[in-house]
Amino acid sequence: MSGARISALATLRGQIERIETAEVVHRQGRVALGHAEVDSALKGGLARAVIHEVFCEGRQGAAATGFVMGLAGRVSARRPLLWVRQDFSELETGALSMSGLAELGLDPRRVVMVRAADVESALRTSADALACDALGAVVLELWGETRQFDLVASRKLTLAAQSSGVTGLMLRMAAQPLPSTAETRWMLRTAHSPPGAMWSAWGAPRFDAELLRNRHGPCGRWIMEWKCDECQFSEPSAHPQPVAAAPAHRPDPAFQRRAG
Amino acid sequence: MIHALDDAASRLGLYIGQPLANARAMCPDLKVFDADVVADAKTLSDIADWCDRFTPLVALDPPYGLFLDITGCAHLFGGEAALLQTLVRALARQGFAVSAAIAGTSVCARTLTRQASGTIVADGAEAAAISRFPVSALGAGEAITTGLRRAGLKTIGDVAARAPGEITARFGARFSTLLAHALGQGDAPINPRKPLPDYIVEKRFAEPIATDTMIAMTLSRLADTLIASMEKQGKGARRLEAAFFRTDGAVRAITVETGRPVTKSAVIDRLFRERLDALADPLDPGFGFDMVRLSASRTEIVVQEQRDLDANVHDNDELAALIDRIAARIGGKRVVVHLPQDTHIPEHAVLAAPAQHHLAVAMQAEWPARAESEPPLRPLRLFEKPEPIKVPFATVPDGPPHQFTWRRALHAVVRVEGPERIAMEWWRQDGRQLTRDYFRIEDAEGLRFWIFRDGLYEGEVFDADGKPVPPSWYVHGLFA
Repeated sequence: MSGARISALATLRGQIERIETAEVVHRQGRVALGHAEVDSALKGGLARAVIHEVFCEGRQGAAATGFVMGLAGRVSARRPLLWVRQDFSELETGALSMSGLAELGLDPRRVVMVRAADVESALRTSADALACDALGAVVLELWGETRQFDLVASRKLTLAAQSSGVTGLMLRMAAQPLPSTAETRWMLRTAHSPPGAMWSAWGAPRFDAELLRNRHGPCGRWIMEWKCDECQFSEPSAHPQPVAAAPAHRPDPAFQRRAG
Repeated sequence: MIHALDDAASRLGLYIGQPLANARAMCPDLKVFDADVVADAKTLSDIADWCDRFTPLVALDPPYGLFLDITGCAHLFGGEAALLQTLVRALARQGFAVSAAIAGTSVCARTLTRQASGTIVADGAEAAAISRFPVSALGAGEAITTGLRRAGLKTIGDVAARAPGEITARFGARFSTLLAHALGQGDAPINPRKPLPDYIVEKRFAEPIATDTMIAMTLSRLADTLIASMEKQGKGARRLEAAFFRTDGAVRAITVETGRPVTKSAVIDRLFRERLDALADPLDPGFGFDMVRLSASRTEIVVQEQRDLDANVHDNDELAALIDRIAARIGGKRVVVHLPQDTHIPEHAVLAAPAQHHLAVAMQAEWPARAESEPPLRPLRLFEKPEPIKVPFATVPDGPPHQFTWRRALHAVVRVEGPERIAMEWWRQDGRQLTRDYFRIEDAEGLRFWIFRDGLYEGEVFDADGKPVPPSWYVHGLFA
């Protein structure tokens, strides 16, 4: 009897080990966002192969979309991005515009959009997509509180993401944060453009990002800017963007980061 | 008026086109039903669906007829006589009055059904078989039939005995062609309802199957066979159709499309599983299916690519397969990629096209480059229909508003950039042609809007008296 027990225990230990090593393997993949404080809070950057949640109030939908798009752009690294959205959110905050996406410095060619009619088919599609390792990231955009997205559904997505190495990003507009298996959870608000002269170029995406939950580090609240030219986040610039055009042959941003 | 009648009624001397009152006078206890042409057509089409089990080439011959091209099919059913018997019996069991005949040409077979149901005419014997029938059986129309009878030509044999030139001169070329076809000289091609699929495999069951597992198993076996036969010719399927023939005659066809040719039976299997899973009205086996058919209605030659070394090819294949699966589940139009369009009207600048067919094009598309070190000039979220906002006043007539009400909430304008004037495309004549002045706006909360004034101030919008009216304002998009 005890022999059977021991072997059962050994099997379980093996299973746990496998689960944990799988996590560790994927943990290595972290992508720096470009904002020093945020990156240090995230222990080097946004983890791949897990689920991240971004919440916002209803009227802040566009800001949260921009933030999620930025995360997806950083994480997916030139691989295709599957954006799953519910019909209803298009009525509320407008459709994701590819011209706008291009203006953020991201590549509209890599975006495949799935127009799901309801939450169930959206969830099912994203679980399917997260299991496909050809993708860089899967974004699931849901509007309002949803009964269907519970702990079980969230766990399913996390497992799919772990096994394939694809990152899942949940954009939850007009919803309250609930317990889930997400690696990080953000609350997004828009931030004012920095004050400047009337003629200065204002209007670059600026986010007031609050990290509500971080499974492997501290939480916090930062102002983050999205640099459209460099395709990364940064600390808020005290001064508005330069009026003169930046030199065409900029050094590689990654190299710059290492040097500074 | 009588639209149709059965054998008993025609024996009483009633005829089609007779006023109902006259018919009632002849036969007081006549049973009358309202004619429903649409339902008749539907029934005929349903029967045609059912007839698909005998041959893929089934053509409608309205209002009551069907042509089946059984060339090369009859031996599968035990010969022509057995096929005819099976078909007539099965339809008669469902309560239809059927007359059927087999002949070398469609016109001859149709003539036979009107006079001698159940006849099978060997090739070359058409003229002999129909010569004794009256000319009305040809179905050439009232005028020609009467004309022939007046000329003393009572039977088809009589007409056939005349020189073709005489017939053509008197009754026209169309009739002489019809006659030639009926006599087995040349044939009018039938017009099948569906194009002939490139590959067909099917399985018939002695005992009808009804369980999901059996259906799934049958489909995957059929997929294996289909793939095997396509592989020999280096083809892959782009469009697949599974038809389920129920014992009671109902036929349900389910189609899946793929973005690139499929060459693996597992893929077909999975696509159909997704599709069957997501059907709004699930497959109802009733008393069971006695036949399942899988056909590839569109195929393409497969180009073999080097797969193992190039990770990109692998990724693209995986992505295409994922798109196919999602499309099978929720519909092909719901999975889209985006193509830039050559226009400066914001709402038309991007075209969403089905990803299954346009993935490769979209991946290579040329998008306009953004201006470096500028903030985004186009919003990230764009409303399909611009939403009206209330603007109380503007300090300068041409300028931006100080505050506006959108969705019943007041927004105070803190920063403005603009206007960016977008004139409509005068060379396209569709609808209103008002010039739009767009402004980028940031409100007190930090929300960034893209709003526009529809029409120039005091320049484009007029009321009935020709006086200028202040143009209306809209919010078109939201910046991140």
